[in-house]
Amino acid sequence: MATTLADDLRPLHHPHSWVTRYVWSQDHKVIAIQYSVTAISIGLVALTLSALMRLQLGFPGVFPAIQPDNYLQFVSMHGMIMVVYLLTALLLGGFGNYLIPLMIGARDMVFPFVNMLSFWFYLLSVIVLVVGFFVPGGPTGAGWTLYPPQAISEGTPGHQWGIATMLVSLAIFVVAFTMGGLNYVTTVLQARTRGMTLMRMPLSVWGIFTASVMGLLAFPALFVAAIMMLFDHFAGTSFFMPMMQSMGRVTPTEGGSPLLFQHLFWFFGHPEVYIVALPAFGIVSDLISVHARRNIFGYRMMVWAITIIGALSFLVWAHHMYVSGMNPYFGFFFATSTLIIAIPTAIKVYNWLLTLWRGDIHLRVPMLFAIAFIFTFIHGGLSGLFLGNVSVDVPLSDTFFVVAHFHMVMGVSPVLVIFGAIYHWYPKITGRMWNETLGKLHFWITFLGAYAIFLPMHYLGILGVPRRYYALGETGFIPESVHLANEWISIAALIVFAGQSLFFVNMIWSLFKGPRADPNPWGAASLEWLTPQTPPAHGNWGAKLPVVYRWAYDYSVPGAPRDFIPQTEPRA
Amino acid sequence: MTLLARLTEKSWEGPAPLDIRDRPSAGAVGLVTYFAVALVMFSLLIAAYLMRMGLHSAMGHASDDWTPMPDPPLLWVNSTILLLSSAAWERARRSVGGQATHWAMIGAMLGLAFLCGQLLLWRHYAQGGYYLGANPANAFFYLLTALHGCHIAGGLAATARAFALQSLRAIGLCALYWHFLLALWIILAALLLST
Repeated sequence: MATTLADDLRPLHHPHSWVTRYVWSQDHKVIAIQYSVTAISIGLVALTLSALMRLQLGFPGVFPAIQPDNYLQFVSMHGMIMVVYLLTALLLGGFGNYLIPLMIGARDMVFPFVNMLSFWFYLLSVIVLVVGFFVPGGPTGAGWTLYPPQAISEGTPGHQWGIATMLVSLAIFVVAFTMGGLNYVTTVLQARTRGMTLMRMPLSVWGIFTASVMGLLAFPALFVAAIMMLFDHFAGTSFFMPMMQSMGRVTPTEGGSPLLFQHLFWFFGHPEVYIVALPAFGIVSDLISVHARRNIFGYRMMVWAITIIGALSFLVWAHHMYVSGMNPYFGFFFATSTLIIAIPTAIKVYNWLLTLWRGDIHLRVPMLFAIAFIFTFIHGGLSGLFLGNVSVDVPLSDTFFVVAHFHMVMGVSPVLVIFGAIYHWYPKITGRMWNETLGKLHFWITFLGAYAIFLPMHYLGILGVPRRYYALGETGFIPESVHLANEWISIAALIVFAGQSLFFVNMIWSLFKGPRADPNPWGAASLEWLTPQTPPAHGNWGAKLPVVYRWAYDYSVPGAPRDFIPQTEPRA
Repeated sequence: MTLLARLTEKSWEGPAPLDIRDRPSAGAVGLVTYFAVALVMFSLLIAAYLMRMGLHSAMGHASDDWTPMPDPPLLWVNSTILLLSSAAWERARRSVGGQATHWAMIGAMLGLAFLCGQLLLWRHYAQGGYYLGANPANAFFYLLTALHGCHIAGGLAATARAFALQSLRAIGLCALYWHFLLALWIILAALLLST
């Protein structure tokens, strides 16, 4: 079929009114902003929850309003919101939507209407999630992993309605993501402009594309698990519910397998880590390359590493289940596959470092965040080696070491990239420039603060301090210094939370008062900086689509008049 | 270009082809991608089915709580209807103009008949006392058929849209989707019948 969108000079749809332009919009850029604003808003809720948790942990007993039930609810909602509703939605729904069509030279996503539906389903899932805070019994307190049987058994906070809203919200989210993901994948495969071969795409697109494919294949597990648990909860089935006694009564369920849920959950849950990490890998590669004025080192290897990590991440899920009582031989298999992932990941880290090597490094705010990401990611990756080994993991399971590890590797690291990416593309998205001083201040508070918070947690974990505990109480094995460390962490956390206001002030102030931005302020070679208007207009490219003659990393080419050559410049 | 050639291209040197006319339509790519999604979902359910079914003995459960459901003739009737529906869609895909619409209409009607048949099947089971919560085998049966039915219903909605647009390509995609659902149903029916 000789039908390609790249040949199509007509925009795919025409907004006629303010409502179809900005509310029921089918424009990928507007949808991206809708996704981002929603994700960041619900992320602020999760941030507040973690502040409340830190208040309790740092100063136990000082805040009587935080009861054990509330604490568990804060833990659960914080985790789920951050992982799914903030990071996944922001990186794929936000950056994916904004960057894919612009970076591959398309006018829009291939299914604009479905793309719009994707956002509205996402918004619905967020609303259902928020409703969970107001139902009788409050939101679920089952932990973000929502393990049955406790998630739907008496004694767990929100076991009646809180868990139901959570599961329904997740199911809606999966539907929303599937609609978005089909768009991202099809657009990358189908709507690339002339000359934009797969291997000429910027690594951001590769990261987002691979993560979208993974999301499409991993989220069904969460969907299925959520539906089955809803059946167990409301229809009296026993997919996951074993025969047990609850509050002195034998429950009507029998024979179900809690382990089955864990398998389904982590079949989603582990790829989810990389669904968040791969877009961050891709974006950080572009940030480093642009701001070091150097082509990315080992481009092909970077692409292959992304796809290999994506594939391997489906074979490691049970390393989250070493203490679940499964067969030890499984543990051996999953420990091995887990450690193998270190190889492509290490390739990526070396390539980032080698890109910086003898580069013309500009320490602008996006670059600071990108370099900080390398620190936190190596750090979190190394503690992952501890936890990937069964014999080391068993004593560290459910301690603060785990909390420190995953916050470093999939909390702090992607968030640093997100900040870097927002600073990097803000001039293109808004047409304005932000304040450099405020940006740097925000960076240092966030970066040093992240270490002040999470570094001590490793020590707490090695001392055996358990996670998800409301209060430590009187325990022989926990020294007095732990309480001091907890106070320190809480104070650092509160300072970092307050420091984030610098970011919001900077972004909102600059939106109205910032100086007009150059169309290509960083001198980047990729297509999104070459749009005829800044911010890009509807249809992105004016009358004619760009034609690509080179890859996205021609920086500091010897003999070239400038230190970058745009992708659209023909070869001599 | 083969996939291997695409992924080993040294994009920093040499020109690349500017021609982009060798791509399938966006609808086809999107649909096939969706097949992968649905396939993963049903594969996971089938894995869960087998795991749950073999659980009692493997994990030392005393009671054998898995009781397979009977296989009423209606199951075969419904399967035949879906098979015919798929055949009609194939006929529509290969026809042109009014013929195509004609056969597509028959295919869609048979799809609707399959859906009604499935509802009758549910009623038949419910009258026999095979409720959702009574047994894990029942629970899986209702869950699998419900999800499959949702996909059929979605297909019918897409068909309605294809008729509204009078699009031959959309009819081709609908036919492809129908074949996929038929294959899925054959796997599900085989699973239900064999256990």
